[in-house]
Amino acid sequence: MSTSDGKFGRYGGQYVPEALMPAIEELEDAYERYVLNNEDGFMDEFRQRLRDFGGRPTPTQYAERLSERYGRDVYMKREDLVHGGAHKLNNALGQVLLAKYMGKDRIIAETGAGQHGTATAMACAHLDFDCEVYMGERDINRQRPNVFRMKINGAEVNPVTVGRGTLKEAISETMRDWATNVEDTHYVIGSVVGPHPFPAMVRDFQSVISEEAREQMRERAGTLPDSVLACAGGGSNTMGAFAEFVDDDGVDLYAVEAGGSSLSVDEEKGVAPNSASLSTGGEGVLHGARTKLLQDRDGQIMESHSVSSGLDYAGVGPELAYLVDEERVTPVNVDDDGALEAFHRLSRMEGVIPALETAHAFAYLEDEHGNLGETVLVNVSGRGDKDLESVIEETEKRGIENAPDMSMFSGGLR
Amino acid sequence: MSRIPEAFADGPAFIPYLAVGDPDYESSIEYVEALERGGADVVELGLPFSEPVAEGPTIQNAVVRALEGGMTPTRFFEFVEELDVDVPLVCMTYYNLIYRYGDDDGNRPRAFVEKAAEVGLDGFVVPDLPAEEAGPLREACDEFDLDLVFIVAPTTEGERLERIMEQVSGYVYVQARLGVTGARSDVSTQTDESLARLDEWDVPKAVGFGIKTGEHAERIVAGGADGIIVGSALVDIVAEGHENGDSAETVASRLETKARELSEGASRGFAQRPPHPERT
Ligand SMILES: Cc1ncc(COP(=O)(O)O)c(C=O)c1O
Repeated sequence: MSTSDGKFGRYGGQYVPEALMPAIEELEDAYERYVLNNEDGFMDEFRQRLRDFGGRPTPTQYAERLSERYGRDVYMKREDLVHGGAHKLNNALGQVLLAKYMGKDRIIAETGAGQHGTATAMACAHLDFDCEVYMGERDINRQRPNVFRMKINGAEVNPVTVGRGTLKEAISETMRDWATNVEDTHYVIGSVVGPHPFPAMVRDFQSVISEEAREQMRERAGTLPDSVLACAGGGSNTMGAFAEFVDDDGVDLYAVEAGGSSLSVDEEKGVAPNSASLSTGGEGVLHGARTKLLQDRDGQIMESHSVSSGLDYAGVGPELAYLVDEERVTPVNVDDDGALEAFHRLSRMEGVIPALETAHAFAYLEDEHGNLGETVLVNVSGRGDKDLESVIEETEKRGIENAPDMSMFSGGLR
Repeated sequence: MSRIPEAFADGPAFIPYLAVGDPDYESSIEYVEALERGGADVVELGLPFSEPVAEGPTIQNAVVRALEGGMTPTRFFEFVEELDVDVPLVCMTYYNLIYRYGDDDGNRPRAFVEKAAEVGLDGFVVPDLPAEEAGPLREACDEFDLDLVFIVAPTTEGERLERIMEQVSGYVYVQARLGVTGARSDVSTQTDESLARLDEWDVPKAVGFGIKTGEHAERIVAGGADGIIVGSALVDIVAEGHENGDSAETVASRLETKARELSEGASRGFAQRPPHPERT
């Protein structure tokens, strides 16, 4: 679904400080001209760079062992094979290139898992831009390899210490920078969140995932999948994996959220031990858009939780919220332990080490494969190299059953 | 019924801001009352929101202190009722709190505005609500006769100015420079340019963002502002007192002194102004 007024049903919009509104109008104009109308051949250059620099198209691979295990055909869209190791490059490259067409000379971004920061830093090095990335302090500790990669690619990494030091705080801080430097700076937002046109534009850059997958499924399997699974933090790989299937009525779409340690909420502390805003959130306004949010009765935004920092966010893209209300997308969730088990299972059975974010989608496949039809497509949003330290620590701490013995690594990677 | 127009009727308006409940409810009451004694003409009462994207570190920290002290919209309304001041009061907050208030029957944002009118507030400033999204709140404000103040940024020009002009009432908040709130040691030339763009508007123009001293106040009012808005410089006094463990009384008296400095600066600036052709 495209959007001309910036709304998806009741969701979306532009709730930002006045200082940013002119920049957002300028971006809207650029989105329409370059992305929607391919002015100056923008989209051709984007596609070309996605191929040559990004390594697209990525394969849609038949998962032999998983298919056997679940008694149905399981396919994996391998976004972990995109340059940088996650779907995030599709969007980062698109936006940095757009900033170039717009004549901006500075790029800022926020990052949670560090994948978006890494992708943005890579795109900036590739297209010769200065780049600053805001990242919560807690996430810096959870995702050190990505912090190194950003720096190696020439980006500055600014730690954000307020609140719990995760994605929510990093987004707020990047908005503050943008409001200060709006005249020459473009904010490369990392998911289908934020004020219009970001949710629509990021979806368009990511929809290359479902565009390829749809073709590849036709060729490989001779049929469209009965269901598509993708993990949802902000929802960019979800929307990317779903976009071209939305009109295919026979394809069920599952957004798999982080159930964390529990779906209930600690009202007293204002903490949600999960990041399941589609499943449990209420309608509200955060970071520029009306959407579904984890918030308390008064409308204060809650601290979220997930073992995977890329899903650890109290909001979600407005288009996903809309598609859930329309019953086109089914929101589901799995907990931290299930995600860790799925991480080890996929690594062991298929030789694919998934990001902890991605592992959530495979955990849902393990639990509910019986309801997903004969042919299932799972979006492998990213690879898990960035997560190895966390996985070792969390696996030991929780005593995950199907995991190899990790004790020899304890403390060793640091 | 808004009392804001009176505040601008004779001379410049000094409009201080404090985060309500910073660092606790009782001290905060004393602080607002001290501001009135120091010459406040309107007070902006910040209702703390967990994601204050338009604020710099000073006010962010104040918001954290207030939230940790248990401030909520319900407590905020009690606070306003309990205040013993005569000046008009404006609620400064983010849209989600206004939107979420009250029941779930879709009566948003009317329930918040109705309650605000009931406790004696005069208007709102909502930094993350641009004119494009403000329709429902504007309607509720009209119904209860409250003002809706909009911010005009240095980047606001052309059509956007007109859109804001259609919606604004009470006063227009002229953002002195790009960025987030925070006290500065200089006053931007962006202010003069913004004021010049608004010259034709017949709503009072109050300048804020970065004003710290009586001298700043004087210069800005001499330059044509009808009022000055000061937040971070006052919140700094609260923060320092809190860190040093000073009594609320001591902090209140410092706030009163600072308020007087700012308000007197504004008056001096007003005296230097050439008579406005349209004013008698
Ligand atoms: C590999 C991977 N998958 C998924 C996500 C979640 O983000 P989104 O829901 O926007 O795809 C992230 C975010 O950092 C990620 O790194």
